[in-house]
Amino acid sequence: MTTTERGTDTTAISAEALERGFDSSRLSGVLSATERPPRPSGLSSSITFGWRAVLKIKHVPEQLFDVTLFPIMMTLMFTYLFGGALAGSTTEYLQYFLPGILVASIAMITMYTGVAVNTDIAKGVFDRFRTLPMWRPAPMVGYLLGDLFRYVIASVVIVVMGLILGYRPAGGVVGVLAGVLVLLVFCFAFSWVWTMFGLLLRSEKSVMGVSMMVLMPLTFLSSVYVDPSTMPGWLQAFVKVNPVTHVADAVRATMSGVWDGSALLWVAVWTVALTVVFGTWTMRLYNRT
Amino acid sequence: MTAPPAIQAEGLIKVFGSNRAVDGVDLTVGSGTVYGLLGPNGAGKTTVVKMLATLLRPDGGEAQVFGRDVRREADHVRELISLTGQYASVDEDLTGTENLVLLGRLLGAGKRAARNRSAQLLEAFGLTEAADRQVKQYSGGMRRRIDIAASILSTPKLLFLDEPTTGLDPRSRNQVWEIVRAVVAQGTTVLLTTQYLDEADQLASRIAVIDHGTVIAEGTKGELKASVGLGTVHVRLRDADRRAEAAEVLERVLGSEVTLDADPVAVTARIGERDTGGPGAVVEGTPVTELAAEQAALALTELARAGIVVDTFSLGQPSLDEVFLALTDHPASDRSVDAEATEQGAAA
Repeated sequence: MTTTERGTDTTAISAEALERGFDSSRLSGVLSATERPPRPSGLSSSITFGWRAVLKIKHVPEQLFDVTLFPIMMTLMFTYLFGGALAGSTTEYLQYFLPGILVASIAMITMYTGVAVNTDIAKGVFDRFRTLPMWRPAPMVGYLLGDLFRYVIASVVIVVMGLILGYRPAGGVVGVLAGVLVLLVFCFAFSWVWTMFGLLLRSEKSVMGVSMMVLMPLTFLSSVYVDPSTMPGWLQAFVKVNPVTHVADAVRATMSGVWDGSALLWVAVWTVALTVVFGTWTMRLYNRT
Repeated sequence: MTAPPAIQAEGLIKVFGSNRAVDGVDLTVGSGTVYGLLGPNGAGKTTVVKMLATLLRPDGGEAQVFGRDVRREADHVRELISLTGQYASVDEDLTGTENLVLLGRLLGAGKRAARNRSAQLLEAFGLTEAADRQVKQYSGGMRRRIDIAASILSTPKLLFLDEPTTGLDPRSRNQVWEIVRAVVAQGTTVLLTTQYLDEADQLASRIAVIDHGTVIAEGTKGELKASVGLGTVHVRLRDADRRAEAAEVLERVLGSEVTLDADPVAVTARIGERDTGGPGAVVEGTPVTELAAEQAALALTELARAGIVVDTFSLGQPSLDEVFLALTDHPASDRSVDAEATEQGAAA
């Protein structure tokens, strides 16, 4: 790893001093024909791109606000807003709500994948990546791997928050870990929607706009906040096919130590479908020129 | 068997909406040479480069890089090329070292090898002190150097440099030129785009002048320059009042257009609209200069005879600037240098 320290990053460089270090006579030595090593595997390239995403977090740690403060805010806000009214007490509500808000929060932050793709693609560095002889989806998979890291942080934050507020999962440590794993697998697939929009739309703003338009109904019209059986029939129809409902049900059951085969199957179906459809679409846009 | 040229393109076309950004470009770039694509902003230079570098699919025409088709064998082409784009083609959020290690890893180097190579290149490019700083804090010249360093992590057979010195101060520009020369000395072919005529003049052996998506002239530097005459005579007079008279004398003797400079005592005249000699003269160079000198001497003699005192005098080869203006400012007389050279050949 590099030894860069955050503190030195902001120190102004004396350009003059650095320019002096250049001497063309030293160039010939390093130019001597170095053969290209064999091509790395697709997995290796993807992990390298994931490492790039982590390096970016290191240089701009502020971007972790959306995986720390945002989930804390969501959890607190809705627990105290709805807790008393819906379940009689916040502690009571948390037992139902915490797995749901975990799913909703992380589904919401998946949209930053699209924003990252969109801002990156406009930069020259992307042209360089695209001229490298490597597995084509590697940069995109790299984003998703880097984002998984962010989702893990957010999951830890929310679960810890929940435990502090009184959430007591019946599934224990194993149940909670399994639940988070189910969620991460789904989010990896779901993020392909955003890589697609990131490549398709022209500006960061439009990516944000579209993301919110997709995410608001998906997260709210689901089983995250309230039991769907209290909803009117037409709404239940939507809620029942909403992938967020399936994931929330699957995660809730798993964390409670219950095996919900039907919900897990739905999550598996969505995971495969989203990856195939939006992964393919993303790569078509990526290769389009 | 002859090796295929580094680049062979025929009738390349790229259309963006109603804009024919590239409209039938032919290029042949010999292996191991520096080829200059010269043109103003928006001429289509970058689009040509992007098509050859597999970033854009041509809408028409064919192109091969070392015999590999850029469309059908894009993946193979990518193994032969490196691209230094017009805008920083490294990640500005990462440090110099991180960028080079990242790209080294993507090219297949192991961790240690990527790290060593990165340190070696940073050292050679005078960036060791900046190695652990984010590229966004680099000066323009340093950014360009890390960009080029990233392109030669493993030596490419063909390097694309898209306007490598745009926006650089003269010293940084010279450094980039030195780097390009060193890279070429190693056997890499370079396709360089530039809006700067002296840059193409300094680096390239052959040049294509491109405007509105088409090549309006192509040839060696000598051929291009010859297309606008043998050179220019520049005189500064002692007495500004006699400038009009001097201009008349020069016009009569040289039979070419005379420019009155902003400097009130200066006159510039082109040599070679008349009696330019054969193309043999053009290609070999020496006879051209001799002819030019002869004509210039004649002009000076005539000025002296008219009693006009000349303070300073210079004889120069035509600059590419003049080539460019001659080719783009007068669309009616547009013709390729090759055609002109052929005509001159016929005359001889």
